[in-house]
Amino acid sequence: MTPETVTLILDIAITISLVVGAVFTLVGSFGLLKLDDAMKRLHAPTKASTLGVGALLLASILGAFARDEPSLQEALIMAFLFVTAPISAQFICKVNLHRRSCMTPPEPSSDSTWATLDTADAGDAPAQHLTPEKG
Amino acid sequence: MNRAARAVFPHPLLTILLAITWCLVANSIALGSIVMGVILGILIPLTTRAYWPDAPRGLRLFKLARYVVLVIWDILAANVAVAWLVVTRSNTAMHPKWVVIPLELRRPEAITMLAGTITLTPGTVSADLSDEGHCLLVHALDAESAEEVRDEIKDRYERRLKEIFE
Repeated sequence: MTPETVTLILDIAITISLVVGAVFTLVGSFGLLKLDDAMKRLHAPTKASTLGVGALLLASILGAFARDEPSLQEALIMAFLFVTAPISAQFICKVNLHRRSCMTPPEPSSDSTWATLDTADAGDAPAQHLTPEKG
Repeated sequence: MNRAARAVFPHPLLTILLAITWCLVANSIALGSIVMGVILGILIPLTTRAYWPDAPRGLRLFKLARYVVLVIWDILAANVAVAWLVVTRSNTAMHPKWVVIPLELRRPEAITMLAGTITLTPGTVSADLSDEGHCLLVHALDAESAEEVRDEIKDRYERRLKEIFE
């Protein structure tokens, strides 16, 4: 293959990745606007943060190779994102459970209750601390 | 592995992972950064071993690699499905459901990986763990029946994680 063909193929691949990433990020943001309750909304950013960012980072890797300065730092960004994204999602879930702003979850099948709803040992202090002030 | 090696490398896999991470951060595979990565890979596990006494020993690496590929494939497929769902289906036609998953996994590392996998796959988010850690609460964006989602997660992910960790 001539260098021109390689450059062309790389350009096409970069373009496809950029478009795919942009489309999924857009759908993620659209979902955030469209979905109507907090628990459903939580599902929209999981798309933006996986395939959306993933495709954009892939474009960045390909671009670095096309410029002859290969870089794999993007893989690291991806890895850290995949490790941290579920944590923030779970925090938002836990806040919703605490504030009872979602459907009440069914009882767990083997233990007594869900960890977030278990306020027996903690007294009621943390729960009260979390309730928004009236007014 | 003999005891001397065990004393220097309490978590050999973590050592390798830290060395690779350092090379990626430095963005070079020069000898200098590999040496620095290995030094960090030896020092960090040694200083943190007291906080992680029963770290998993002997992960099945080949199965772990296959699991990672499977999860990436599922993320791609589910992304398309959920994007279509979000764009085309109206709010009232969606059936969000809570799904209770009784866990067979006991290792905290394995449960963390299962919860992370569930959240990363679009359409499902893991929300909470029961107080004794025997059940996982999952929220599904649109599901016909909670049992179906539960069986799929148990069969697709939990079974494989059990093979990797136990």
